[in-house]
Amino acid sequence: MSNTTISHTSLEATGHHGHDDAHLHHNESFLTKYIFSQDHKMIAKQFLITGIIMAVIGMVLSILFRIQLAWPDKTFPILETFLGKFAEGGRIKEDFYLALVTIHGTIMVFFVLTTGLSGTFSNLLIPLQIGARDMASPFLNMLSYWLFFVSSVIMVGSFFVESGPASAGWTIYPPLSALPKAIPGSGMGMNLWLISMVLFIASSLMGSLNYISTVLNMRTKGMDMWKMPLTVWAFFLTAVLGVLSFPVLVAAVVLLIFDRSFGTSFYLSDIVLQGQILPNEGGSPILFQHLFWFLGHPEVYIIILPAFGITSEVISTNTRKPIFGYHAMVYSLIGIVILSMIVWGHHMFVTGMNPFLGGVFMITTLIIAVPSAVKVFNYLATLWRGNIRFTPAMLFAIGLVSFFISGGLTGIFLGNASLDINLHDTYFIVAHFHLVMGSAAICGMLAGVYHWFPKMFGRMMDDKLGYLHFWLTFIGAYLVFFPMHFMGLDGVPRRYYAFTEFEFMQEWLTVNEFITWAAIIAALGQVAFLWNFFNSIFNGKPATQNPWKSNTMEWTTPVERLHGNWPGEIPSVYRWPYDYSKPGHHDDYISQIVPFSETMSSNLPHDFEGNPEAERIQRDWELQNAKSKAEENV
Amino acid sequence: MGLNKIFKIRTVALLVLAMTLALNISVQAQTEDTSAAPTAPIDNTQPADAVTSPGALDTAATPTTSTLIDTSVPERPAPAAQEAESAPVWRSAWYHILLFLVACIFIGIIGKVLRVYELSREMQGKPGALNWNKIQGGLFLVMLILGLAATYWTYDVWGGMSMNEAASVHGERIDFMMAITIAITTLVFVLTHILLFGFSFKYKGSSHRKAYFYPHNNALERLWTIIPAIVLTILVLLGFFTWRSITNVSEEDQKKALSVEVVGEQFKWTIRYAGSDNALGLRNYKLTTPSNSLGIDFKDSKSWDDKIAGEIVLPVNRPVRFTIGSKDILHSFYIPDFRVQMNAVPGMPTYFQFTPKYTTEEMREKTSNPKFNYVLLCNKICGAGHYNMQSNVRVVTEKEYNEWLAEQALFYNDDMKKQFPMVSVKPEIESLAVNQ
Repeated sequence: MSNTTISHTSLEATGHHGHDDAHLHHNESFLTKYIFSQDHKMIAKQFLITGIIMAVIGMVLSILFRIQLAWPDKTFPILETFLGKFAEGGRIKEDFYLALVTIHGTIMVFFVLTTGLSGTFSNLLIPLQIGARDMASPFLNMLSYWLFFVSSVIMVGSFFVESGPASAGWTIYPPLSALPKAIPGSGMGMNLWLISMVLFIASSLMGSLNYISTVLNMRTKGMDMWKMPLTVWAFFLTAVLGVLSFPVLVAAVVLLIFDRSFGTSFYLSDIVLQGQILPNEGGSPILFQHLFWFLGHPEVYIIILPAFGITSEVISTNTRKPIFGYHAMVYSLIGIVILSMIVWGHHMFVTGMNPFLGGVFMITTLIIAVPSAVKVFNYLATLWRGNIRFTPAMLFAIGLVSFFISGGLTGIFLGNASLDINLHDTYFIVAHFHLVMGSAAICGMLAGVYHWFPKMFGRMMDDKLGYLHFWLTFIGAYLVFFPMHFMGLDGVPRRYYAFTEFEFMQEWLTVNEFITWAAIIAALGQVAFLWNFFNSIFNGKPATQNPWKSNTMEWTTPVERLHGNWPGEIPSVYRWPYDYSKPGHHDDYISQIVPFSETMSSNLPHDFEGNPEAERIQRDWELQNAKSKAEENV
Repeated sequence: MGLNKIFKIRTVALLVLAMTLALNISVQAQTEDTSAAPTAPIDNTQPADAVTSPGALDTAATPTTSTLIDTSVPERPAPAAQEAESAPVWRSAWYHILLFLVACIFIGIIGKVLRVYELSREMQGKPGALNWNKIQGGLFLVMLILGLAATYWTYDVWGGMSMNEAASVHGERIDFMMAITIAITTLVFVLTHILLFGFSFKYKGSSHRKAYFYPHNNALERLWTIIPAIVLTILVLLGFFTWRSITNVSEEDQKKALSVEVVGEQFKWTIRYAGSDNALGLRNYKLTTPSNSLGIDFKDSKSWDDKIAGEIVLPVNRPVRFTIGSKDILHSFYIPDFRVQMNAVPGMPTYFQFTPKYTTEEMREKTSNPKFNYVLLCNKICGAGHYNMQSNVRVVTEKEYNEWLAEQALFYNDDMKKQFPMVSVKPEIESLAVNQ
């Protein structure tokens, strides 16, 4: 079916073709269609599948270190078969444990949740939902994917380095990350990490600039900013945030490269490493932390905002109700974006930063809970009196709301400097961010995959496997992360190779084993998704044009997914995207491209605010309609 | 078409399963009973295949079974021989993979049964065999009840395990804040989840109903902006003043406190007491030698009465000011029972001042754990030994403390004086030496 897709390689053709319904057949090679594609939908799929592969790698890494944590004194000879000297005698080595934790974090945060999420759905949905034929710069878009791909290969490739991959934690705080003698992972593995990260940021910037210019310049007729779906708002604001904050991470990384390789002292001072006095003086490790978290905190919003966008869309479509408080949702997104730039210090309350500064950061941090709370309440209000259709996407959207509540609430503990003294770097923070940005964002991503799978591949995923996948993931994630709060409250630090050396941690050993079993089951649950996803690409039930009866513009394109998106002229937009179950209309949805003149029976005065002419027409029609009805009754 | 495709997939899955089974059993037979090897595997696989084939429900599975026996029999000896050596390693792995595959097949069968049921209902013209909206809505209700029960259980059991009374004066204030925050967040957690899952259950979809068109309500939105804002303002103010009271110690109080230094390095802590002048001698990392591992500058007379101790011993109810440093990389000075944490940063001393409230003995009674000890952990990733970078902490009465301190030898002893002769250059030091 998809063979009928007509694609064009040249940019110009993309701009002009499609005004006629007769498609020209350009013979595209495999290479230009699937590999060096400039079509935003194909690039989205490339991002998604790369993201899924990276997610599986990240998940396997987590299972490896969970095994170590659950059974610290058991040997697993099979580990040695696969990991060689990293797991001599069937036990993961201390250094390698830290490497696993580090790369798990890096892959999940950057490669899965940043690019796997934004890259996929921004690419797929921005042009489709604002009515554009492609991105502002398809070539840059292609480059963005390929830089991402190279950086993923380098990151995973660091496992094949003699001294092992980077192992200073995903935050790579120097001096640990700067001194190869301090930990083997800070040798070649760290170089690869830094190179990979620079490429990754370049990729992310290209993507973000593209998204911003597309949203600002390429909206179809009638699509003003306040008619954009919340998905597009979220992707747009995410891109803005990325452009503002990612370059700072480049600065941090480049300075670290200088410290490592060229003998500078940006982050190093007064160090005696294993008896050897280093010459570096005058640097400050705290500087790195400021630079890192200046990106690092916006980063968590870069992860969660697209998930919010997707959830808003999915919840509204599947409750058959308009999203509650559309404007409030947009303003809260904007509020979160602005505030997220000035809260980074809450990661550094006890790192030696001036305590007064900590107090200030604490105030800004807790303020950010207000727009987040508004979002949650608006989701709840959207569910209220809805007509909820439980597609797998909807289940995951509800899952996101639940995880976001649970994880967000523990943020109130950690954002409070005085409580953070005892919780900093413990399992409490592990639980917090795995719920709020790990599980919640993954739920958003999966909701997006289930929801837009028909748009990507022209086929449907299997619902029942989706249900199974959801419940395994949802319950599994809670069973894994909820107990960690209590370990953190007891003062169990994160990144500990084993809990065996401290008396007070002994009682948590059984809990650890429980968590590992939950993690294994949840991980196996993902097989249901993987099977469903890859099998449905080829064997899924063919999709209809608008399987979810959704209002947004992507569902007005043909199932065949043309290069250029719409075969004829791009439709104009007349209304906001959330006219679900509008009273007076015969159906429970009205697409954005349906003009008000076709829905006279359901128009509300609010729809014509500031347009007296339209209001007059509507009034006249209503009068006439009332008359004719009265006549009928007589 | 669809059915045909599904069967193809199942055929593949079945083939994989049977191959695994064959390999697994042959390996098992090899290791457990080598003499019976040639006959046992064949005997074992056939019944196994017979067990799996009914699962296929259909004739499509029959050819698979027959081809399988054809192909797997000649193949068997080779892999078996190869894997005889690594068999113990692989056996449990294969066993678990097999278990998983069986589970998958089982799930597949359930899916198939559901599908057949639905199709048959459809063919009979009866609408909606399984109403998935109802089922999922119901599951959310079940989830809500189970979830709340489980939350209660975890608060009760694990919460009990994790909640210990703070053993320092400022720790009480932190625990108070913690209690308030836990109360508020738990309330919000429970209420929002009742709404979230309750709405999911109550408003589960039905074709007879239309959703309520309700795009916004400014009053409501204002309400749930303002209420969280007020609650957070209270928490912010409380937290801010608590934080300032802990970290903003007046200079007078700083001087009154007992001065102790801890210096982290991979993977141990060095503890230095300031001695009778209660002032720590200067350090310069360039002076570090094997015998002067902290790089203490002996030109500074304040360093002469400093003492290096093997553990941290603190007098109860007396403020102590820790100067925290690091020799190599970042560490973190963390004593959970005191609610004390501060990073150790190379090149920049950091401080934490607090007052221990209970002696170790008192805590042992309080926790009814005779083995209880305060312990100093490292809480910032620092390398292979990070998980075991600890130091014992003892809180004793003032009298015991003084006795203990008196026993500790001066760090700047005669040996050190010989090693660092530059000290004698200074005239006042000469006179001191003469006096002695």
